[in-house]
Order: sequence, then C-alpha cells, then structure tokens
Amino acid sequence: MEQPPKIRIDGLSFWYKDFQALDRVSLAIRANEIFGLMGPAKSGKSTLLKVLNRLCDLLPEARLEGKAYLDDLDLLAPDTDVVSLRRRVGLVLSKPTPLPRSIYENLVLAPRLAGRPHKELPALAEEALKAARLWDEVKDRLHDSALRLSGGQQQRLCLARTLAMQPEVILLDEPTSGLDPISTAKIEETLFQLKSRYTIILVSNNTKQIARATDRTAFLLMGRLIEVGETSQVFTVPRDQRTDDYISGRFG
Amino acid sequence: MRLDPRVSQAVIISALWALTGFTLLILIVIIVNISVEGLPRVSWTFLTQPPHDMGRSGGIFSTVVATAYITFLAIVVATPLGVGTAIYLTEYTRESWLTRIIRFGAECLAGVPSIILGLFGFVLFVLKLGFGWSVLSGGLTLAIMVLPIIIRTSEEAIKAVPEEYRVVCYSLGLSQWQTIAKIVLPSALPGITTGVMLSVGRSLGETAVLLFTAGAALRTPVSLFDSGRTMAVHFYILAREGISLPNAYATAAVLMFSILGINLAAYGLMQRLMRRFS
Amino acid sequence: MTSKGIERLLLVLALSSVGSLALITFFIFWEGLPLILGTGPGDFLFSTHWAPTKGRFGIGAMIVSSVVVTLGALVLGVPLGLACAIVLAEFAPKRLKQVLKPTLELLAGIPSVVYGFLGVLWLVPLIREHLGGPGLSLLAAAVILGIMILPTIISISIDSLSAVPDLYRDGSLALGATRWQTVQRVVLPAARSGIITAIILGMGRAVGETMAVIMVAGNALKLPTSLLDPVRTLTSNIALELGYASGRHREALFATGVVLFVIIMILNLTAAAVTRRR
Repeated sequence: MEQPPKIRIDGLSFWYKDFQALDRVSLAIRANEIFGLMGPAKSGKSTLLKVLNRLCDLLPEARLEGKAYLDDLDLLAPDTDVVSLRRRVGLVLSKPTPLPRSIYENLVLAPRLAGRPHKELPALAEEALKAARLWDEVKDRLHDSALRLSGGQQQRLCLARTLAMQPEVILLDEPTSGLDPISTAKIEETLFQLKSRYTIILVSNNTKQIARATDRTAFLLMGRLIEVGETSQVFTVPRDQRTDDYISGRFG
Repeated sequence: MRLDPRVSQAVIISALWALTGFTLLILIVIIVNISVEGLPRVSWTFLTQPPHDMGRSGGIFSTVVATAYITFLAIVVATPLGVGTAIYLTEYTRESWLTRIIRFGAECLAGVPSIILGLFGFVLFVLKLGFGWSVLSGGLTLAIMVLPIIIRTSEEAIKAVPEEYRVVCYSLGLSQWQTIAKIVLPSALPGITTGVMLSVGRSLGETAVLLFTAGAALRTPVSLFDSGRTMAVHFYILAREGISLPNAYATAAVLMFSILGINLAAYGLMQRLMRRFS
Repeated sequence: MTSKGIERLLLVLALSSVGSLALITFFIFWEGLPLILGTGPGDFLFSTHWAPTKGRFGIGAMIVSSVVVTLGALVLGVPLGLACAIVLAEFAPKRLKQVLKPTLELLAGIPSVVYGFLGVLWLVPLIREHLGGPGLSLLAAAVILGIMILPTIISISIDSLSAVPDLYRDGSLALGATRWQTVQRVVLPAARSGIITAIILGMGRAVGETMAVIMVAGNALKLPTSLLDPVRTLTSNIALELGYASGRHREALFATGVVLFVIIMILNLTAAAVTRRR
C-alpha cells in the first residue's frame, strides 16, 4: 500500500529575470526517506530547495509556475503563511553560518520565537545537539560564541539549529562542501539516524556522497529533471545516457 | 631647458609634504595652545561650580547641565528617526524614486548651514509653537541637524551585516521584523553607536543653532521649557564680550577635549567594526 | 503589530528628513519672501544700503562679502587640502596614513567658535600689525574659513583618489612615468569629479559658516574695497541682528536667509549632479 508523498512537485518552472533555472520539474518525495538531488552547477538544485521553503520570495524579479504540496498544503499559494511553512521545512546552507550569538542562543532562537515555553528550551537544545552529534564537544561551553567553533562543528550546529525547530522536512544544500572528510562522515551518519523522524532532501554535487547517503536520487541538468529512481538503480543501471555520463565523471 | 622629471618630482613631492606638515602644524598649534592656556584652570570645582558674575568667576556647571540636557534630547529624538529611516531604506524597499528622494533629502539636510537651522528653529519652535528659548526648542533643532549623520552611519552599519544572517533567520521561520530586531540591529549596533557618538560631538560644538533656539540664560535648566546656555554658547559669549579670557580658555579646553575624545572613540569603534566584517 | 504596519511606521520615520527639509524651506520662504517681493528683488539683492531702522533693506554688500570671503577661503583651502589628500592617498606609507588621516579629521571636530576665538587672538593682530587696517577683516575671515573647510576637502578627495584603481597607476608606471607624473596625468584626472565635489561642498561649508566669521570679519556694513576691510557676510548679518529684530527687520533677516538657502541648495545640487555623472 503506497503512502501519499510528503512533498509533491508538479510541473515547476522558475525564472531569475530571463534565466530559466527550473523547467517543468515534477517529483514526489516520500516521508522518512533521504532524497538526493544531484547535478552540475546551475542545474537548478539549490533553486528547488529555495522554492520548497519559499526563500525564493526574497529574490527580486523572480517568477515561477507550477504547483508544489507539503502534505495537503499548497506551498506556493500567495496566502500560505510563509513563517509557519519555514518552521515545517528547515534549511541548512552550504556555508556554515552560525549567527553571531552563543551556541545556545543559536539553538533556541527559533523555538523561543515560535512560542515554546522557556523551561523546555534547554532540553530541546540538548536533544538537538545530541542528534547532530555535537553535544559531547560543546556541552561545557554552550554560552560561548558560536563563531569560535571549527568549520565542521559550525555546520553540525547549523544542522542542530534546524533540528531544534522540530521541522518535518530538512533541506540540505551541499552541507559538506567546505568540510574535511571526518566532519563529512559525521554529518552523513547523523543524517542516516535522523531519517526515521524526518524527511530529508540532500543536495550535493558530490556523486559519491549521493550514492553513499541517499535512498532515492534525482538527476537535474540545466533545470530539467533527467532521471529519478532508487539510488542503487540510478548509480548501477541509469536509464539515461546523460546520467551515466555525469556519475562516471564525464562532465559537471 | 626642461627639468629632469625625477628632479621636478622630488621638488613637487617635497612641497606637498611641506603643505601637509603645515596643515598638521595648524592642528597641533590649536590643540597645544588651548591645552596650555585652558587645562590648568579646569578642575573638578570648575566643572561643578555655577558661574558667577556672568562667567567672570566661578565654574561652568549650569552650561555643562544645559549641554548634556539639550544633546540628550537631540539624540533621543534623532536616533529612532535616523535608525528607522536606515532600516526602511536597507530592508524594506528596493531602489526607487522614493528611496532616491529620501536619500537626497538627507543629503541636502546635511548641507543646510546651522544659521538656517537656527532661523527655522527660532520661527517654528520658539515662536509658532510657543516653546520659547528653551531646552526643547534647542534639542529639537539639533535633532534635525544630526539626523543625516545618524541615517548615513546606520545605513552603512546595516548594509555591512552579512546577507547570510538574514537568509538563516528566514529559513528558521523568523518574520522579517524578528530578523531585524533580533539579529540585524544587534549586529549593526556598534556602527549605529558610532553615528550617535559623532552626533554628540557635533552637538557639543554647535553654537549658531542654539543661540536662537535655546537662548543664553545662565541658570541651570530644569524643565524642558527653561532656557539653557550650552558650553559652546557660553564660550562664545565669554570670548566675544571679553568677559574673561582665562575662563574662555578653560571652557574651550573642556569643550574641545570632550569633542575630540568622543570623535576618537567613535573612530576607534568604526575601525574595530571594519576589521570584524572584513 | 503586522508586517505591513511596521513597514508603514518605518516609512513615516523615513520621511522625517525630507519632511524636515520641506518644513525648513517652507518657513524660511514664508517668513522671508514677502519682504523680498515688497522691497523688489533687484533692490534687495543689489542695493548696498542696509538701515533697518529707516526701512532700507539692501544686502548687496553682504552678498559680495560672502562671495569674496568664500573665494578667499578656497584659494587657501583647496591647495592645502588637495596637497594633504594627495600625500595621504598616494605617497604616505600605509602606517603613517593610518595615523595622519584620523588626525587631520580631528580638525573637523574643533568647534567653529574655537577657530573664531583663536583667529581674534592671533590672526587679527598679525594682520593689523603687518598689513595694516583694523585687522578684523575679509582676509582674516578667508584664512580662518580656509582652514575650516580643510577636513571636507581632504576627506572627500582622499576617498575619490583611493577609488582610482591601481591598474591605472601600474599602467602608467610601466610606461616609464614617474610617480608624480602618474598622479598628475592619470590619477588626478580619474578622480576629477570627486575632487570637484569636495571643492563645491567645501564652498558650501564656507558660505554657511557663521560664528567664526562673526568673530573675525569685523561686520562693517559697506562694500569692501580691499582685503583688509572689515566685512559682514550673509550669515553674520542674520546672527548679529536676529536677537533683537522684530517686524519688517526680522522679515529682512529671513529674506537674507532665503538668499543664503538658495545659494547653498544650488551648491548642493551641483555637487550631487557632479557625483551622479561619475
């Protein structure tokens, strides 16, 4: 019995001024899977993430067509409450971007402003740090500036910060692009443990990471969806020649 | 005969250095003279004693109070207006005819000479609104004078806040105003403080505006509607009417070192800020 | 508060500077224009007969004095200021520049009354003893203003010189030009519009300065025939008489303000136009 998809995208097109970043993309993403998005630079991966939590609203002169749903919620309707949508769909950026506050403040900023009772916040922060496998490293200095953490720690803090918001979906935009292999491994392990509770979309231009860490994969090229399927199938018997070229490193 | 370019270069560069040295010399002579003639008379008593006999003897207490009172009022009025303008310009609008008009207005306001501001404050606050020569009239007119300084520095400070902070806040489900209030403004605070400090410095030294809006009463102002003589106005009257050269020098020393101190601190803060974001 | 509500509130704050400028313009013209029209603009602007008690209001002499004093200030301030800017931007080692630039900017923090005071103490006797005349003179005012406009000229010129890309300098040096030739033929022309803006804004500062000029210019009500004559500028005319003027006399002072305001606005608009063309 097939569950209804967590996220459904129907014929989505997106333009920055004259540049078309997405061209009639349709995708269904299941609950509790790690879904990989791969493709060369400017293929539309990051744009797709920005549409899913409506960060695209901030771009001047952008235009979109098509539909996208989170459960039954019409994501792109003008009257959708963007703030509560963004609490349900968290985003981790490629560059580690802690806010210039303490580690603890980074974690509790969003839940506090969302109206969580103050006495729940410390437990929430601890749980998020543990889930992001950062707790042991920072538990004694929660009130130090987050800017003093190393790059890998900062990125796990950004992940923890998103988890503390208790979203349903986590979007990761090349979360390990600037990190060393050990930090990368830690983040990938964390993702694997998180998928029982979250739906995760992982954007990466590192095909090995996609192969290691995801359940299903979509390949985007110049704004078009070329192929989507089980990760093992896409990487072993790709249906499209361009996917084959990409994963075997012939371009991109 | 043409001079060798190297020789003429040496001559010209020496001349430029000499002119620069001359300019520095003017500055040094001014500061040294005011210090030598004025500082020895400056003491705790001088600052805390009220002036006697039109300022011929006694201290400058009432003028210190009037200066602080009027400057404080000006800053309290101008800061929300200036910071609000800066937030509107940087966070809420794209470049348009409206932002161009607002920026142009601030630029022009910065160029309006203080005597014109004095005339304006005199007719609007002193006469039409009936505030009289008072702390209130003086403070409000000074607020208009320092508004462009606060707008410009706040706008630069807010623009210097990294764009990623905003993206992160939005993706954490913060509203635009929460993003500004919780993250953008606190990050821009040192820059905004710099602007406020420069405004204080500018207010301390102002004379023409206050002569016609705050008046020159030597009593210590208590109510907003009392007239008050600031240090700069007091110094002007002491010097111009030849009341007391030693007290004029001492007042000038207090005035000048307060302003230089504040400006130096503002400059230091700005340098630290620029290092942090670069 | 809703997001739209915050945006509207900020827009109101953002209109404060433009609003102030509009109010200033309105009140100065409202108070001053009737007298100009009543006296006849030609008579008001070109007559040199100012006798408020006899109902004669001609500001010709003051316009001439303001113009000559300002030009005098430029003759001193522009070469000195440009020399400092060129030295700091092009020839000074980086460390030295980091010290000298804020030091020279301190000149801007010294209140204008202090400049006037020191002008009276040093410059006026110097002129009286060595060049003759009363000492309080057009020349004294021009020299003091020349110094006072230095910070404006130096800081804007430095910024525009520093904005010239190093590529230009390298290109010229690679062709065998000396450093001075590079500055003279490449850097200065490239920074021209910024330097012109600096000069125009310095001019605005000189035209609008009041307190220092009152103290050293002598304030005599006649057309100057020599640099050593005492003069009264537009700004000092307002400041000297506003304290006790009433009725038509007060209107005439606002009318003087109108003329000053128009001159300043023309300078500001020109500076803005020059900057925009860049």
